[in-house]
Amino acid sequence: MKSERTRSERKLAWMLCAPAVLAMLLVTAYPIAYAIVLSLQDVDLRFPDEGGFVGLSNYSAVLSSDLWWTDIFNTVFIMLISVSIELVLGMAIALVMHRAIFGRGVVRTSVLIPYGIITVVAAFAWQFAFSPETGFINNLPLISDEMDWFGGRFSSFAVIILAEVWKTTPFMALLLLAGLVTIDGQLYEAARVDGATAWQRFTRITLPLMKPAILVALLFRTLDAFRVFDTIFVMTRGALDTESVSILGYNQLISRLNLGLGSAVSVLIFLCVFLIAFVFVRGFGAKVEEGRPGG
Amino acid sequence: MERSGRDYALWTIAIALVVIFALIPVVWLISISLKPPEALTDQRFIPSDISFDNYKSLFEGGIDDSPFIKPLINSIGIALITTAISIVLASFCAYAIARLEFPGKRVILAGALAIAMFPPISTVGPLFDMWRALGLYDTWLGLIIPYLTFSLPLAIYVLVAFFREIPWELEQAAQVDGATPFQAFTKVIVPLAAPGVFTAAILVFIFCWNDFLFAISLTSSDASRTVPAALAFFTGESSFTAPTGSIAAAAVVVTVPIIIFVLIFQRRIVAGLTAGAVKG
Amino acid sequence: MSEIVLEGVTKTFADGFEAVKDMDLDIQDGEFMILVGPSGCGKSTALRMIAGLEDISSGEVKIGGETVNDRSPKDRDIAMVFQNYALYPHMTVRENMGFALKLAGADKGEIDKKVEEAARTLDLEQHLDRRPANLSGGQRQRVAMGRAIVRDPKAFLMDEPLSNLDAKLRVQMRTEVAKLQSKLETTTVYVTHDQTEAMTLGDRVAVMRAGVLQQVGTPADLYDNPKNLFVAGFIGSPAMNFMPGELSGGRLKLPIGEVDVGDLGVQGHDGQVIVGIRPENFEDVEVIGDLKEERGVTFEAEIDLVESLGSDLYAYFHIESEGVQSDQLADIVEESLEETGAGEIREGHEQIVARLDPTSKVKRRDTAQLWADTSKLHLFDPESGDSLRSGSNAG
Repeated sequence: MKSERTRSERKLAWMLCAPAVLAMLLVTAYPIAYAIVLSLQDVDLRFPDEGGFVGLSNYSAVLSSDLWWTDIFNTVFIMLISVSIELVLGMAIALVMHRAIFGRGVVRTSVLIPYGIITVVAAFAWQFAFSPETGFINNLPLISDEMDWFGGRFSSFAVIILAEVWKTTPFMALLLLAGLVTIDGQLYEAARVDGATAWQRFTRITLPLMKPAILVALLFRTLDAFRVFDTIFVMTRGALDTESVSILGYNQLISRLNLGLGSAVSVLIFLCVFLIAFVFVRGFGAKVEEGRPGG
Repeated sequence: MERSGRDYALWTIAIALVVIFALIPVVWLISISLKPPEALTDQRFIPSDISFDNYKSLFEGGIDDSPFIKPLINSIGIALITTAISIVLASFCAYAIARLEFPGKRVILAGALAIAMFPPISTVGPLFDMWRALGLYDTWLGLIIPYLTFSLPLAIYVLVAFFREIPWELEQAAQVDGATPFQAFTKVIVPLAAPGVFTAAILVFIFCWNDFLFAISLTSSDASRTVPAALAFFTGESSFTAPTGSIAAAAVVVTVPIIIFVLIFQRRIVAGLTAGAVKG
Repeated sequence: MSEIVLEGVTKTFADGFEAVKDMDLDIQDGEFMILVGPSGCGKSTALRMIAGLEDISSGEVKIGGETVNDRSPKDRDIAMVFQNYALYPHMTVRENMGFALKLAGADKGEIDKKVEEAARTLDLEQHLDRRPANLSGGQRQRVAMGRAIVRDPKAFLMDEPLSNLDAKLRVQMRTEVAKLQSKLETTTVYVTHDQTEAMTLGDRVAVMRAGVLQQVGTPADLYDNPKNLFVAGFIGSPAMNFMPGELSGGRLKLPIGEVDVGDLGVQGHDGQVIVGIRPENFEDVEVIGDLKEERGVTFEAEIDLVESLGSDLYAYFHIESEGVQSDQLADIVEESLEETGAGEIREGHEQIVARLDPTSKVKRRDTAQLWADTSKLHLFDPESGDSLRSGSNAG
């Protein structure tokens, strides 16, 4: 019977998927629910005897704190600038990979190196490079020998953004390249015959046809950028007002062991991420149906 | 179009720029790691003297006292175990999604995507609390579980993309040729699926290897601290010197094998990362 | 004036492959010139060199009297129709057709006027605001043509524009293209691998093979007076039949008989030759009646296969002979088999196809009495493949 087969097929399918689905839900659905619960309580592990339901007061504490808003600013600032740079650089690298007449393997290899390096390791490398005592950056022409990069807020941001861009531009380039190769080469020839210059071909053919790829790439990178943590932790620990919201969460949860406040921060971060995704999918029409995660 | 000398020159410059961009930090780390401790502040990009002191200090003290060996073992072990489990679970799931018809396919894929976009920080608090209660704090399992969760979406997506490309009729053709279902699966499907599985495994491994947030939140000692976490808490030769040299050496030890690995498998990695990225 | 002249044009690719070898071609202003030949013969490459999409290794291309070798496509004032149409998927039909004008900076009113005029000519008016993805193959093809027309260029270059259409549509569009060209009177260079298209569309046809121009002429010219074996076998469907012959003192010995060719004017070439006879120059003896007394030879043939198409009857038979050694022929046979389905030539055993009157009663396995019109013979040198004499004008 056909329905017998479909039923047993469905059963098999569910059985095959169950372990993976369970594993995924286990550490996300449950903890986020638990986080919401925690956020509504006063749970400070240093004072385990105090505590109890406090409603939304953790949230109001967070939302009325200057630190939270500073951190939001920091996070968004870093996110906007690094993603913009990555988009332009990534596009350039994608074009090189696509059109190079030789050395494609070399480029592809180089582009994967930042991907393979641990973020923390890269952060250390850049930190050492910019450190006034041990770094070589200050030795370069045009840069003052005494420049204290980590002594100022925005100079710190500069180094943090540089490290972030370095680490993730290659991934952006790969995503954009995947979009580039779907464009029929003959369209460029037709455009040449129609009289388009190289720049016109890029702006009127390449970019419009790459819109879906660009949106997907932007979506994933923006979400990643919002969660910036490793680089800042290593370079400044968030000092000098360079803290990101994730670091704030970590500080509250793990350093201060204030699970109530920390959970409120976590939930708020979750809501922000959700908002960004929503804006991209609904607002810009990013098609994530077959898009890919992680990286 | 014919290539002029000028075209070649421009392309060479473009490619050189990309390569330099990619390699600066790596070369820099190697350079620091090879500097003798006194030369650390000489601000030179290339060391003038080479010394392996930094590497020696990493391994001093053997397994128990060296600041590096235990974390290295932790990293490798945890990553391998997570990869193994993740690939198995993801393969089952991807096989079902790619081959079978059932409601909820899209929900699972959408859910996996949602998890990939999830901020891990939001789970750190509860996990910290739960793990302490369950005794999983500062254990391998305590890291393997969240790694599993967050690597599964990646693995599932890559595997689904690869599995969709396999011509499943070959299995039936093999059976017509006289193979049992098991033989058909092992001799025909498995070899075809192997590259995809291998690629997914590489991506999952790199993901685990790279994690920092969970590593520092859910561990507190050598028992399960992985290399990234250990690096952040390295101490130098004395409590007054910055551990720059040892960090650089550790970084190199942990990076160079991965780079070689990435070089060898670059085609697979690129294929995996862009799998399904922008399907026409 | 927009004549196109190719002088000694050669194209050598980076790996050493010579796609076009020293080609000379004069295309008149307003002429419809077809480049035809089997796959890989260099016709598309030649077209792309005229367009400026391929660099010219040596030689000159002149459009309207000016050498354009170093000019980019947009400066040559030519329009191109691609095989896969190359329509911009993210633009509407109107935008596709107006793209070139927009790039050139024409004002909106002018663009609209020209686009609508072209749309009217091609019957695309109701599709102007649709996207290519929503159009049928035939409609897309017309948009591709519209894009070319709108620019009012010096020349149209078309690269197998009808290949992607189904057979019926192709025939329909063929007439449309012909009508359009004669109405617009624009110089057109058209590439195709289909010799039927070549014969029906062109004012003149240039046959190419392996990068070398074989012959240029009107369709009738190529059909009646092919310069070599290749052109003879390529043009005409079903293809010309080839058989070995021996020429001795004005007398030609064929597997099907002997005939005087003294008056065919072949000077001093005695020995082996290759003889070509077109299928329509055979007939069933029962049908031709008294004509067989005047000229030609009659012979017996064992019929292998008969294809009845209603208006024609094709009879396949084989003749015994000592095969003529000819590398030319072997090559041509190889290519012909792929391209035109011409007869097979094996050592000592030629297969011939004859087109007979539909009233003929010839059937498979019959031993039929057939007649061949020997005044229409083509003779070829077995080594060079060159024509020694062609069959048309004598009788």
